[in-house]
Amino acid sequence: MLAFILQRLIQAVVVMVTVAFIAFLLFQYVGDPVVFLLGQDATKAQIDELRSDLGLDRSFVVQFGHFLANAVQGEFGLSLRQGAKVSGLIAERLPATLELALVAATLALAIGIPMGVYAALRRGTWISQLFMTVSLLGVSLPTFLIGILLILVFAVMLGWFPSFGRGDVVKMGWWSSGLMTAKGWQHIVLPAVTLAIFQLTLIMRLVRAEMLEVLRTDYIKFARARGLSNRAIHFGHALKNTLVPVMTITGLQLGGLIAFAIITETVFQWPGMGLLFIQAVTFADIPVMAAYLCLIALIFVVINLVVDLLYFVVDPRLRVGKPGGH
Amino acid sequence: MNKLTPRHVLSGALMASLTLAGLLSASLVQAKPFKWASAGEISTWDIHSQNNALQNGIHAAVYESLVYYNSRTFKVEPMLATSWSLVTPSQMRMNLRKGVKFHDGSDFTADDAVYSLTRAMSKTSNFTPYVTGFDRIVKVDNHTIDIITKGPNPVLLRQMTELRMMSKAWAEKNNSVEPKDLKNVAQETFANRNAMGTGPFVLKQWVPDQKMVLAKNPNWWGQMEGNVTEIIYTPIRSEATRIAALLSGEVDLVLDPSPQDLPRLRSNGNLRVIDGVENRTIFLGMDQHREELPGSNIKGKNPLKDVRVRKALYQAIDINTINRVTMRGLSQPTGALVAPQVDGWTEGVHKRFPFSVDESKALLTQAGYPNGFEVDFACPNNRYINDEEICQAITAMWAKVGVRAKLRTLPLVTYFPMIQRYEASIYMLGWGVPTFDALYSLQSLTRTVGTGGDGNYNVGRYTNQRMDYIVDRIKTEIDFPVRNRLMTEGLQLSNDTVSHIPLHNQIIPWAMKKNIDVVHRADNRLDWRLIKVN
Repeated sequence: MLAFILQRLIQAVVVMVTVAFIAFLLFQYVGDPVVFLLGQDATKAQIDELRSDLGLDRSFVVQFGHFLANAVQGEFGLSLRQGAKVSGLIAERLPATLELALVAATLALAIGIPMGVYAALRRGTWISQLFMTVSLLGVSLPTFLIGILLILVFAVMLGWFPSFGRGDVVKMGWWSSGLMTAKGWQHIVLPAVTLAIFQLTLIMRLVRAEMLEVLRTDYIKFARARGLSNRAIHFGHALKNTLVPVMTITGLQLGGLIAFAIITETVFQWPGMGLLFIQAVTFADIPVMAAYLCLIALIFVVINLVVDLLYFVVDPRLRVGKPGGH
Repeated sequence: MNKLTPRHVLSGALMASLTLAGLLSASLVQAKPFKWASAGEISTWDIHSQNNALQNGIHAAVYESLVYYNSRTFKVEPMLATSWSLVTPSQMRMNLRKGVKFHDGSDFTADDAVYSLTRAMSKTSNFTPYVTGFDRIVKVDNHTIDIITKGPNPVLLRQMTELRMMSKAWAEKNNSVEPKDLKNVAQETFANRNAMGTGPFVLKQWVPDQKMVLAKNPNWWGQMEGNVTEIIYTPIRSEATRIAALLSGEVDLVLDPSPQDLPRLRSNGNLRVIDGVENRTIFLGMDQHREELPGSNIKGKNPLKDVRVRKALYQAIDINTINRVTMRGLSQPTGALVAPQVDGWTEGVHKRFPFSVDESKALLTQAGYPNGFEVDFACPNNRYINDEEICQAITAMWAKVGVRAKLRTLPLVTYFPMIQRYEASIYMLGWGVPTFDALYSLQSLTRTVGTGGDGNYNVGRYTNQRMDYIVDRIKTEIDFPVRNRLMTEGLQLSNDTVSHIPLHNQIIPWAMKKNIDVVHRADNRLDWRLIKVN
């Protein structure tokens, strides 16, 4: 078990260095932050001086080596745009993104799984048909469109929810939470729903398909023959066995939620890491982009690891090392 | 000293709470918050870290300069300096306003002024463009300073409008003496997130990308014309969300509504849209240096070196169609390189060569290209209003006279370094004039490439001896009528030699609620002292 985790951690480092390397390759083409720092009226001499001060005139290999050496010490440098420590900037934005992703994931699971189960058990009823049709819309509509539609209806026309921002936050150490105030909850509804809709429909369709699969298996038939109640069969046996693939997908999707909240964050001006990243891109703020991409790589790797470990919990067949087997 | 008895304490507390309640209710009656939004977020509160228009405008609410432009007339007017005079052509004496206090209550003195101007000149400052030509700053007495320049500098006062004053004692105490040094990884300067100026508003809170709160400074030296007690700024990146926030009443003003939303906003009874000509001219530049243009089918020579070809390209552009269709009326077509607010501009230089396909074709035939030619054409796609669309329209117009422009559009972070490497044959550029003086444009755009700002954006490498002479004269000419005449001559020369193809001045719309009263400034920034919430 320990060896397994260690092996995964080593893989994680390799993944992150690779991501950083590719990112740095791309950075050669994202443009020049100096234009922004000095404004349009700077002279050539002023520009060249700042470029050499920032080390932007050095070769790609030197810049990358420098970055790695610093990154090993957990130091990502100063943001060119904001002059603040990159690590601090990301730590400041992390809570917003994580809270949004968690609320969205909870929504997706809490609504998606029951909907999926219902659609599988009551196949053919008009409600199931409705679920399926609506879910098709959810999968095919792009996130920004859903976001704008929600804003139009619930913020502009009905005025129920605010259209942007995070509302009041409560500081708890370095973590800032928007989930402690009513205002904060009001603000999180629209972005969380926007972010959740795709996941929700995906989970629903997945649960439905898996459930149908499981319901056809022999042990369900035997369970029925034993005279177990429908409830025990559906929820005790069938649902539990559909959860392995659902877990894999949900885990990966959670990583996706964190990494790709960028669009939702931009639409709702949600002050998370995605917004930070987008601004870094328009400014060619290389230290922020590099740190963000490494962090996202890390998150994916960690989530994968957690999912792998959860398999051991859910699926007894995977518990190697234990003697025997049934 | 009296001993405190419980009764004293009680009555004291009662008094205090009563006063507090009184204050609260008073502020409830008068509180006039003003909420506004635009796409960008400022990056820092350090006044010398970054030269960015939006940021400079916001900083001006908290940090004041010695002189500033009047928002209505755009004449330089006194701020923290009450008067000034030239002691010698290269020594400007400025008398500072007395009784001005920083937000922490300390006095504003000559030491602060000398310190702030010197800070702008320091190595890690990115405000060097505004201190070009400065030699040193000298304190004369507690409320007088001398600015020593390297030679006569006719735009000194205009440069001073962007040089703001920071408390010296505060900067020293908080380890912010120098603007942040990007190489120094270990340390973030205090001034990056905090502010200490003398301005009409005090920085109360700033959470980047979320909220910036500026509160009215009750001890401000000046007379506030507006009635705003609190300014709340939220950057909202997405255009649709920004407009939604205005429609739902969450913000009072949007500085940059998208052109396609304007008809809807104008027809909304609760909203108002005001337009102003921005002090920024959009034009095309052409490579007049390389012997052969890469990507062109003409080998061995550069057609753009021929003034007839440049004029043909000019006259092939139907600017009224661009104004009507592409810009939806939000442009002021011009034949000059500068906007009307700029010194040196005249009706004469504003006049365009007429649009005429026939004349254009005739010119091309005279120049030896009866069938036109192929040429590379580069445009930014996220810098100016409808930049990409304008270039597409022009490409189609040129096709009618046989010029086959190969258009490529780039985001600004890659576009600007590219044109500065002189890689574009024809390129689009917009040039704002913060000094409101044509020298700024002529020097950067038409002077032969040299040092110290000469031709720093002359990326087509146009060169003309007479132009160089004119620019060098106006750099130091302090007799203003003579200077203005020279600048007009320079602008006219640029037109006659078709150094560039001017297109239009941008018109900037601001959208706001009906009850908001603001003055539209040509530099696209709000004057915080004039905002009224009715």
